[in-house]
Amino acid sequence: MPSSGTRPGVRLLWPALALPGMVWIALLFVLPLYVVLAIVFGRIDPVFRTAVPVWSPLDWDFSQFTFVLERIVGEGGYFGPALVRTAVYVLIASSLCVLIAYPVAYYTARYAGRRKALLLTLLIAPFWISYMMRMLAWVNLLQDDGLVNQALSLGGLFPGDVNWLDGRSSTVVLGLVYGYVPYMILPLFAGLDRIPASVLEAARDLGASRWEAFRRVTLRLSRPAIIAGVLLTCLPMLGDYFTSDLLSGSPRTSMAGNLINESVQTPGQTGQAGAFVLIVLLVALVPMLLYIRTVRDPSAVRS
Amino acid sequence: MKRRSGHGVLALVTGAYLVWSLLPVLIAVLFSFNDSRSRTSWQGFSLRWYFGDPERSVWYDDSLQTALVHTLRLGVITTLIVVPLGVALALGLDRWRGRLPAGANFTVLLAFVLPETLLAVALLFVVTTLVTPLQLGLSAQVAGLVTFQLSYPVIIVRARLLTIGPQYEEAAVDLGASPLAAVRRVLLPMLAPAILASAVLVFADVIDDFVIVRYLSGDAATEPTSVKIYNSARAAPTPALNALASLLLAAALLAVAVGFGIHRFLTRGQRADTQELLV
Repeated sequence: MPSSGTRPGVRLLWPALALPGMVWIALLFVLPLYVVLAIVFGRIDPVFRTAVPVWSPLDWDFSQFTFVLERIVGEGGYFGPALVRTAVYVLIASSLCVLIAYPVAYYTARYAGRRKALLLTLLIAPFWISYMMRMLAWVNLLQDDGLVNQALSLGGLFPGDVNWLDGRSSTVVLGLVYGYVPYMILPLFAGLDRIPASVLEAARDLGASRWEAFRRVTLRLSRPAIIAGVLLTCLPMLGDYFTSDLLSGSPRTSMAGNLINESVQTPGQTGQAGAFVLIVLLVALVPMLLYIRTVRDPSAVRS
Repeated sequence: MKRRSGHGVLALVTGAYLVWSLLPVLIAVLFSFNDSRSRTSWQGFSLRWYFGDPERSVWYDDSLQTALVHTLRLGVITTLIVVPLGVALALGLDRWRGRLPAGANFTVLLAFVLPETLLAVALLFVVTTLVTPLQLGLSAQVAGLVTFQLSYPVIIVRARLLTIGPQYEEAAVDLGASPLAAVRRVLLPMLAPAILASAVLVFADVIDDFVIVRYLSGDAATEPTSVKIYNSARAAPTPALNALASLLLAAALLAVAVGFGIHRFLTRGQRADTQELLV
């Protein structure tokens, strides 16, 4: 029996269906990334201080990029600390995300029973709430006269006059965890839910203790899900500037995203903004490829 | 019993997480009904920040109303473009074998995980340094959102195609249908739940978008709700800001509820596959 792929009409149909989307991706995803390169390695108009893209890689001028690089590693570099801070924040925040998400996803997958659907709905709820609203909620709570300080002063543990929104790293990291932990719970749940109970029973029957069965079976089988979850939370944090802006607003908590955002909005710093974009892109490339590999592997997690 | 206490701790952690995750937002919604300017001390129930206040309520404050309308406009237009574009791309990429479609599929996945800020800056450069039909404002925002959202229908529809297999449209073609008719009359109805799920997901995600719509906005008239919240959250706003955010949340929940209802209707008699809509 001939497969449909061999008929000429069908052979043309699939490329024709894919074409509009592929053209769109080429024009509005691939081309823009090249424009970034052309601007970073381009010139600056001497009169208007605007960026002039240079299209041919043969004519590229690396002075704007080295200017930024020098300010990262050089003495008194303003950009270096922000990049180190980004790494530290992302590391702490994603570790906290795993610590929070794993037990929640584990409980939902294994023990929720008939309440599983309800629990899942509640776990997914943050996806339908805008990130800005979720940050606004914390701005309300953490104000000087906000509910958190009111609760602390009633408890009498602290004076209750903590300036939470005054450039504290702890507040920004809390905001990052709060903002991105839902992106970790779902892939973890999907991965844990897929582990058959019979595998664990087999481990137990063969003499493993509950802890051993968890460590050597569940944890190991859920490793691709953990990796996918960590990548899904880390990647957006690399470009995040609004969490720090809303929950601190101080340069003391600036992240890589803040460097991008500030130079994008300053006239004449277009090339610099592009250089930051390029640096973050290079850093993000390995985790992005790792994620795509994890997703493509059929035994791993689909987000 | 040891076994039960193990669950007990996990259940406690899960419960505590849910409270921590949802209570702050519920409090923010609650204070949108506060009968005073305060967002921290409760003075009784009122609708003044929705439409009672003749100047500063969402209904009467032009800037807030504009933001809300613009947000919904972006959501509808983007969804209407992304869903057909993405479903066609998914079908094409799934059945067309070769280097080119494999590369396109890889690029779509790349767009899915690229930090949004990077794409937004790149698109801003395109709009401001190249001569394109796109202008900062609605057209650039929609173009950016479509690019960023295109991977959702592709991923969801391809996952569904994997379970459907090629046999149905092959049977239709063998029975004399043209390839296009086979897709339209056989494959598309089978994909309807997945298409619906991606439409709901895209709409809800677009009305919550911040990064792309902010960089590609032209003036105050094209600043959507999320940008309004960002601009005024730290500048002593009134509960009208909470009211604006709450209305947006209501719009997202309504879209999900309607989508869920239609999904149920479409999949009646089939195995309940609600997870597809949710995840």
